[in-house]
Parts: sequence; structure tokens; C-alpha cells
Amino acid sequence: MTVVWTADQPIVKCTDVRKSYGAFEVLKGISLSVSKGEVVCIIGPSGSGKSTLIRCINALVPITLGTIHVQGIDVTDPQLDKLALRRKVGMVFQQYNLFPHKTALQNVMMAPLHVLRQESKAVEERSRALLAKVRLAGKEESYPGELSGGQQQRVAIARSLAMRPDVMLFDEVTAALDPETVKEVLVTIRELAEEGMTCILVTHEMGFAREVADHIYFTDHGVIVEHGPPATFFTEARDERTRRFLSQVL
Amino acid sequence: MQVIVKWAPLLLTGFAFNILISAFAMLLGTIAGLGLGLGLLSDRWLIRQVSWTLTQIFRNAPWLVLLFFVMFLVPFQVTVFNVHIPFPDWVKATVGFALPVMANVAEVVRGAVRSVPSTQWEAAESLAFTRRQIMWRIILPQCIKRMLPPWMNIYSLVAMSTVLASIVGVSEMLTLTAQVHAAEGGRPELFAPLYGFALLCFFLYCYPINLWTAHLERSFQTH
Repeated sequence: MTVVWTADQPIVKCTDVRKSYGAFEVLKGISLSVSKGEVVCIIGPSGSGKSTLIRCINALVPITLGTIHVQGIDVTDPQLDKLALRRKVGMVFQQYNLFPHKTALQNVMMAPLHVLRQESKAVEERSRALLAKVRLAGKEESYPGELSGGQQQRVAIARSLAMRPDVMLFDEVTAALDPETVKEVLVTIRELAEEGMTCILVTHEMGFAREVADHIYFTDHGVIVEHGPPATFFTEARDERTRRFLSQVL
Repeated sequence: MQVIVKWAPLLLTGFAFNILISAFAMLLGTIAGLGLGLGLLSDRWLIRQVSWTLTQIFRNAPWLVLLFFVMFLVPFQVTVFNVHIPFPDWVKATVGFALPVMANVAEVVRGAVRSVPSTQWEAAESLAFTRRQIMWRIILPQCIKRMLPPWMNIYSLVAMSTVLASIVGVSEMLTLTAQVHAAEGGRPELFAPLYGFALLCFFLYCYPINLWTAHLERSFQTH
């Protein structure tokens, strides 16, 4: 299959995405599109389907109906090469999910080494640079258990970046962190955004969303209730549910 | 006492044979059990079912029955392209013990892999690792520590069970003890010291293994 995709088209495009677990419908027709270099935040109350939605984008969760395209690749195609898709889409999780038996450096090196089969010397060099970039120079030989939550999460970001993804997904990456380490992770994400990385974040950090996002989506009960650029989203929310949510979290 | 000193070299040779059989049975059973355990976790239905059936059969059969089956069903030699490969009794006994080891190791592997949080799979999948890579590079290495205590436990059971081979005539320690007893005229007062010596050998071998297993279990719990 030849994929024709040009940078002026949305890099991620979801059309009427529905996902059910048995009789329970988590996503009830979500449509959104993200352009290259854009930073999109998805906010909303717990259980509104945000995390499920971003797991659908890299095919960790299969959707029930609708379509998702990533750089023109149809994620719902039964013939989909999931591995090819996942090489383009990096993902960072709430609980970091580092490999506990590997050092920070090995965590970052593993995927380029074994998935992309790149030459180990070059991979090591680049991985050390990535760890330095997330301000973890000197922690290369530490095991995840020896690092703080914020440090682990930055290793996880470096691990994803090592695959040189075109899109990064962040699933409530600061939710499990102590307040004082939240900032160091957010700084790292902001730098990425400033470098032009396409980012989709599920987050509860409203201040951060306001500063960094180009576009904000508010979801509730599996639908997008309201969306817009932060400048208008936070001040001119029209929907009652959005206003109530914002009044609780701001 | 003099009788034991006199026969000790022979009896200890027999004991060495027990250890040899248990070690080979463990080696064979562990390799096969790893394969079978991965079969239990396969994403293909058929492989899973076949592995499950094999595991249940060999886990729920008395070891002695399995030993008899192997002793009497496997020929004493096999001829492949005019090459005679002999299967002496002790080799057959080793295979007989390897079968239950395999099934028990398979269960240990399955349990250990299951105990790794599913988030590890998720993280590895999102980095585009294949299922096989995830298993061998990410999940199994994390399992070795968890598998070690139950694995050692199985070993100590195998070591003690090797005396069952005396029933099918392998010259291991128990067989030799009976023969020594007979050679000394079968005097009743020799019964306790001779068999007591065998008991002591096994105890001295297995007790430290069990102590070490318990120690490992404790130290892993605190991590």
C-alpha cells in the first residue's frame, strides 16, 4: 500500500471514532485532527475516554467504528502494519513503565537497537545525548528503581524520542508525580513542543495546557463537548459542562 | 559403623549417580518446560490447548507411573541409519523424571510471565517491539528472579525422587544400599545404619538447597 501524505494534511485525523467494551460505549463518535507541529491537549473528567482515545491512535486499543489516519496510514485497516505505525508514534505513560531490569541508558537504547536494528555505537551516542537533553546526564547507569518519579518519566520521554517519532502521545504523564517533580517533566515537554514536535497530551495540568497548547479539546462521556485555542477556550467556554469542569480545576 | 565406612565409597558413587540423574532431568525438563510454558502463553489457540493438555497430564500423574511408562515404552536402543543409539536404564530414568519437571517448570514460567504487569507489554508494544522480542528481551529477563525459588524447589523434589529409580533397577544409591545390605548377610541390625546413611546424604544435600530457596524468597519479597 502506498501512502500519500503531505505535510499540509493533518498528521493525525480521527473521524467519528467509537469504542465499546461490551455494552459500554467509551467513545461515542470522536472527530479531531492534528496538524504537523501542533500541540493538542485533551482534557476532561476521569472516565471520559481520554486515555482510551490516545491508545487508539497507536493501535494499542482497536476501535469499534470510525477511522483514524496517522500520516495517511489507516489505523483501522485489518492489514495494518502495527509495527510500522508504532515506529512513527511515540507514547509516554502515566506510570512511566520503564523496563526495571535495564539501566536508564539501556532503556533508551533498546528500541533503536532491536527494533530499528541501528548500529550500537551510534545508538549509544544518541541515547546519551537524549538523556542529557532531558537533563539526566550522569544517570545513565541508574536503574529505574533508583530514580525519582520525575526522573523516570524523563527517561521514558527519552526512550520514546530515541525512535525519532513523528507524533508523541502523552497519557497523563504528570498524574503520578509529586508536585515538585511535575515541573521538570513539563519543562521537557515544552521544549519538545517548541522544537516543533507534534504532541497530543491527555492532561490535568490546566496551566500547562493554556501555555503550551495550540488547541484544546474538552471531552466528557465519550464525546468532544467543546474545543478551541486556549485563548478563547478558557475564557469563553459556552457549554455548561465545560464551564463547570473549568470552575472545579482552575 | 565399620560396615558403612567399608561400603561408603560404593554408596557415595551411587549417590553421585542420583545427583547426576537429577541434574540432567532438571536440565532437560527446564528446557522443555520453558518451551511448554511459552506454549501456554501463545496467542494461537491450538498451541495453547496442546500445551495445556500436556502440562496437565504430566503434572497430575504420579512420578513413578511416568517413570514406568518411560522405562517400558522406550526401547533400550534406537537405530537410525544403521547407527545404534543405546538408551541405558539411567538415561530412560532421567527422561522419566524430566517429564514431570517439564510440566512443573511450564507452570512456573506461565505464572511468572503473568505476574509481570501488563503495562510492560503496553510500553514495549508502543515502541514497536514484536511479541517475540517483548517476551525474550523484556518479560522473561524480569521473570528469572521470580522463577528461581520455585525452580529450586522443583529441583529438590527431583533429587529426592531419584531413589524411585531403584524400583526399575538403576544402580543408584538406594539400589546399592539394598545390595550392600544383602551382601552383609541381611542382618537386621544393619538396616538402620545403612538406610540412615542414605537418608543423611539426601538430607545434607537437599536441606541447604531449601534453606537457600527460602532465603531467596525472603530477599525478593523485600525488593
